[in-house]
Amino acid sequence: MFATRPNLTRDLIIAAAALIVLLLLPYVWPSRMINDLVIRVSAFALFATSLNLLVGYTGMVSFGHGMFFGFGAYAFGLSMQRLGVSIPTAILITIVSSALLGLVVGAISIRLKDIYFSFITLAFQMLLYSTVIAWVPLTGGDQGLMGGIPRPPFLGIDLSIESHRYAFAVTLVVIGLLAMRQIVESPFGYTLRMIRDNTERATFLGINVFRAKLTAFVIAGVFGALGGMVMALFVSGAYPEFVNWTMSGEGIFMIMLGGLSTFIGPAAGAVILSLLNDVITRGTEHHGLVLGAVILLFALGLRKGVTDFIADWFRVRREASSRSGG
Amino acid sequence: MLEVKGLHKSFGGVAAISDVTIDFPSGSLTAIIGPNGAGKSTFFNLISGGLVPDSGSVTFNGNSLIGRSRAQIIDAGIGRAFQVARIFPTLTVEESLLGAVTAHRRRAQNISHRFPLPEMRDRMLEVADMLGLTEKLGVTSANLSHGDQKLLDIALALVLDPKVLLLDEPTAGMGPDERWRMIERVHELWEREKLTLIFIEHDMDIVFKIAPKISVLCYGRLLAEGTPDQIRTNPAVIEAYLGTEHGEAAV
Repeated sequence: MFATRPNLTRDLIIAAAALIVLLLLPYVWPSRMINDLVIRVSAFALFATSLNLLVGYTGMVSFGHGMFFGFGAYAFGLSMQRLGVSIPTAILITIVSSALLGLVVGAISIRLKDIYFSFITLAFQMLLYSTVIAWVPLTGGDQGLMGGIPRPPFLGIDLSIESHRYAFAVTLVVIGLLAMRQIVESPFGYTLRMIRDNTERATFLGINVFRAKLTAFVIAGVFGALGGMVMALFVSGAYPEFVNWTMSGEGIFMIMLGGLSTFIGPAAGAVILSLLNDVITRGTEHHGLVLGAVILLFALGLRKGVTDFIADWFRVRREASSRSGG
Repeated sequence: MLEVKGLHKSFGGVAAISDVTIDFPSGSLTAIIGPNGAGKSTFFNLISGGLVPDSGSVTFNGNSLIGRSRAQIIDAGIGRAFQVARIFPTLTVEESLLGAVTAHRRRAQNISHRFPLPEMRDRMLEVADMLGLTEKLGVTSANLSHGDQKLLDIALALVLDPKVLLLDEPTAGMGPDERWRMIERVHELWEREKLTLIFIEHDMDIVFKIAPKISVLCYGRLLAEGTPDQIRTNPAVIEAYLGTEHGEAAV
């Protein structure tokens, strides 16, 4: 009778297995290209999954989530370049500062509903983008943070070595996804689903909707910033594209491609979009045209993301077998 | 006791509720009737914090409810269900009820545990049992029958341990048999839980059968109050609402 919900032990086992597979991958299949792809996908998986905390779980369609990705990249890069701190300290600075950004932007944006919320988050992102472009002495303007991000060793980890960087990125993405999984499967995660399903009713249950949405916005911002940080580590720099609105668009695409009704959907979308980008860019100059056609195919053909499709297929089968089984 | 005094609310100059005074003694069962647009739902919204009145007072056991947040009004013990069931379509019955218990026990922001917290289960099962939803716990709310959705809506209010329960047309949109089953369940609930129950209803057979006390609203005003017999024979009520053959003209 009771629906089974995923428990922590099961999630920990899956996470551990995924981590082992990812860590072994370079030994089984040594390829610079695969390593680079996995690191980039790690950054985007954190970003897209964090965006889905808002879009899929809370029903808040942010068009400005890229601001956190870009902010994370710049906050981390600037901490390393200007403050000369250790990497753990820079990570801490990135987390705290992106949480503050989320708190301020969220406190203003959440008061608006639906499309107006989407627009104001987009506006905040444009504001941040313009600031990055205009504040040349700090950010390098449209050149981005040049000169490389110093990566001093810490705790025996040297991120200037490719294999360390790879292990660091995959460990961070697995821990990050596990943490977000815990959040969406916690009582708070169900509070967010109730708000998504029926905000008005949630208030009549005594739920403080503003507080819950703001908490979700801040959490999503922090994980989005961590994604940007992984990217900054990978490219050893931070560029205005990271903070541009197209970044938010890519996040939405990833969610659409991978599916928003499953936890892993956006991460799957990150893999799909990164692969598509690589393959298409190699094959044609008309990159946007082909990508657009593929996304249209998903939107019109499947009408849902890949993992939504698979999850539905399994559910229909399960229901059919439980019916025939009595 | 829930006391409403001189309540007034207008929208753009049109009075939806005007100078309404009604007492609801603890443990009473009251039906609110009246033609469409009489202000019945507005009246509920004013009591439950959905709307703020322009003037007048609503007090529960001596404490004013005016200007309080919805959460505070719930804490004071006022619960409500809605005319069109307001549920959480993608959640199962079990998840919805557990979510409501969680919110009520102030654990809605908890992220350190898995949902549901084990101590929420008993209350969820208790309320599901009260409304006959035990067999439906695993069903996604959107897939419930209309009647079960209404029951779930009431269950969501009951989870919050209300002392006063407001039901806005619990039988709306139901067939005749289903109506009677619903109203019997509501009546049973009232008796067993010692609730102060106030319900809006259009079916006069139901109202005259189960409500010891009836309040009639018309154009935002309290037209009459009394027992079924008093209301049935009240000339003003017959003219405004019931028609000459009482109990038939009801929409």
